Amino acid sequence: MKRIYLDHAATTPIHPSVKQTMREAMEESFGNPSSIHHFGRESRKRLDEARATMAKSINTNYESIIFTSGGTEANNLAIFGTAYANQDKGKHIITTQIEHHAVLHPCEQLEKEGFDVTYLPVDENGIIDIMDLKNALRKDTILVTIMFANNETGMKQPIQMIGNMLGKRNITFHTDAVQAYGIEEIDVEQLRIDLLTVSSHKIYGPKGIGFLYKRDGVNLVQRLYGGEQERTWRSGTENTLAIEGFKKAVELLMEERNGRNEHYQQLSERLLQTLDEREVDYNVNGELDSEHHVPNILNLSFSGMDVEMFLTNLDLSGVAVSSGSACTAGSIDPSHVIKAMYGEDSERLRNSIRFSFGKDNNIEDMEQVAERIQSIVNRLASNV
Amino acid sequence: MSDNANTRVVVGMSGGVDSSVTALLLKQQGFDVVGIFMKNWDDTDEFGVCTATKDYEDVVRVCNQLDIPYYAVNFEKQYWDKVFTYFLDEYKAGRTPNPDVMCNKEIKFKAFLDHAMSLGADYLATGHYAQVREKDGHAELLRGVDANKDQTYFLNQIPKEILPKIMFPLGGMDKKEVREIAKEHELATATKKDSTGICFIGERNFKEFLSEYLPAQPGEMRTLNGEVKGQHDGLMYYTIGQRQGLGIGGSGEPWFVVGKNLDDNVLYVGQGYNQDALYADGLEANEVNWLVDQDFSQPFTCTAKFRYRQTDCPVTVYPQEDGTLLVQFDEEQRAITPGQAVVFYDDEVCLGGGTIERVYKNEKTVKHLA
Repeated sequence: MKRIYLDHAATTPIHPSVKQTMREAMEESFGNPSSIHHFGRESRKRLDEARATMAKSINTNYESIIFTSGGTEANNLAIFGTAYANQDKGKHIITTQIEHHAVLHPCEQLEKEGFDVTYLPVDENGIIDIMDLKNALRKDTILVTIMFANNETGMKQPIQMIGNMLGKRNITFHTDAVQAYGIEEIDVEQLRIDLLTVSSHKIYGPKGIGFLYKRDGVNLVQRLYGGEQERTWRSGTENTLAIEGFKKAVELLMEERNGRNEHYQQLSERLLQTLDEREVDYNVNGELDSEHHVPNILNLSFSGMDVEMFLTNLDLSGVAVSSGSACTAGSIDPSHVIKAMYGEDSERLRNSIRFSFGKDNNIEDMEQVAERIQSIVNRLASNV
Repeated sequence: MSDNANTRVVVGMSGGVDSSVTALLLKQQGFDVVGIFMKNWDDTDEFGVCTATKDYEDVVRVCNQLDIPYYAVNFEKQYWDKVFTYFLDEYKAGRTPNPDVMCNKEIKFKAFLDHAMSLGADYLATGHYAQVREKDGHAELLRGVDANKDQTYFLNQIPKEILPKIMFPLGGMDKKEVREIAKEHELATATKKDSTGICFIGERNFKEFLSEYLPAQPGEMRTLNGEVKGQHDGLMYYTIGQRQGLGIGGSGEPWFVVGKNLDDNVLYVGQGYNQDALYADGLEANEVNWLVDQDFSQPFTCTAKFRYRQTDCPVTVYPQEDGTLLVQFDEEQRAITPGQAVVFYDDEVCLGGGTIERVYKNEKTVKHLA
């Protein structure tokens, strides 16, 4: 049985060239970038080069990149950092109901600390109404944090419109671009983004590294105290080896992004087409036009199926996919994203599966997956 | 490939030593073993910690040691609807429910069995101390070899049709052996304490737990002669034959709960472990389930248990036309408790059982035990 990995939105395998770069880096350099001797300078040079690569990838300058341990830390730094730095101006934050927990849980914590958070609803396609945002803005609003593309459905938010609206009003705009960065060309100047979160392991880089883009002039209070690394925004010796790998992953992304996106699109289309040919009954959660949706994520609802039973069956037949988030006791909690889109009574909460494609998947994999899905669906249907 | 390699066995894993060894033994026999953790109850505290999390982590560790895939399934809703609701209703009615019997009937050997079958399982295995034996083309439920751990009492309500799909690999062993095997293989759960009490209450105070769900109505404690002996905290907190927690001092033998009067909210108490009021010579059972293919329409003799871990008592069973049973004991029995199970045996074979509905003495209903 060939195992087929369709959970690239959870994490991606490390690109062979990234592995090679990291192996070489391990051999060539080990210094602490803060040290003032030769070894430190060697490391510092590599760190600065990586920082420049990150900056260029989103059209900003070198000083605006803060390396973090990943997306969660970058989101925490952006949200708590902005909240604490601006609490004398106001204590109101706006976000959406469909953010990743790395955004929602910091917001919930801030509520406990006396901040006021508005959670914007989304429509059936998982997209906010820009007028809802406009109406939610208050004099004491200090931060708007709205994700670029959703990790469960792949649906994109109107980032340009949000950036324009907030830029005029001088309210800090953070976007969690962990899922979007591997797909979208992001220009933080054009989109008027103040804070942006990126993670390496979603783009074939190593785990444990990411960055927060911080526009010059945006105030943050640091979360970690210690040395003055990352211009004091993030204390702690830099994870230089991971940063080298991350840099290589970004370079590859810049070269290959368009080609990868076309490939994802073909995989997605082929999977749906084969499911249709095999007369498997499904519904798309969200909509699949490229203006509103990233091509590497497909969230499908299978009527009459139970998500835990379905996921377990898929894994036992060699297909790795996911749904919502697993609770600490291993069972699947209903997705807050699907709930925000379709309501808490929707059966889609209990029967939706996320497929997320990668560069190493091929068309035959999709046919295999459709065949295995069909056989599970038929078997379970005949059991009833 | 051997047949076992093509035979998928889903093991219900709780994070305890019994189900861990169950999975180990099946893996050693070469089966295609899949471990599944059932989450039936959410007791998440204010720090986001729940017992299920710790138990699941143990399942993960053991399954990784055994190199078998593991998954979880959530039956909280079914458990609430089928087991917990029944549990509360019984207490409201002044009876003493047995949630383990109900859990086996409705969850483990129904919802969970269905789940296992939907995963292409050929068998469902659990760590119960009981045995399934095939005889003349039929599967029978037998007591576990370890008389002290035998769990057939709790299995009396499962349908006999499912027995051919069930495996109890621990049925032929005693608990000590199971612990030894776990230690020998350094399983993560080898020295883990056995869970005690009702699973959803855990180590918590039973009274406190129940009071979160049912309003307590304090009332009088009286002797059967009407003498007031004190106050009770609510009838649901007491069970027949209970000694602890009455708070009646004075000289002479200790005091025991001998009955309840739900209408007047009175708890009956009496002195002496072996006092006459605690004894009965018969009972009526309903919700009868038979585990063997036999004609049970005529009276017959067998042995029976009225509570877990009790020695068997010889009885005569008189099946009634309405499907209930009248059970006559050869000797009077102490503290027969409505709501508990009565389970019948023919030597090692578990014949089936029912729920104790009424208690008799000299062919009359014992009202205080109603």
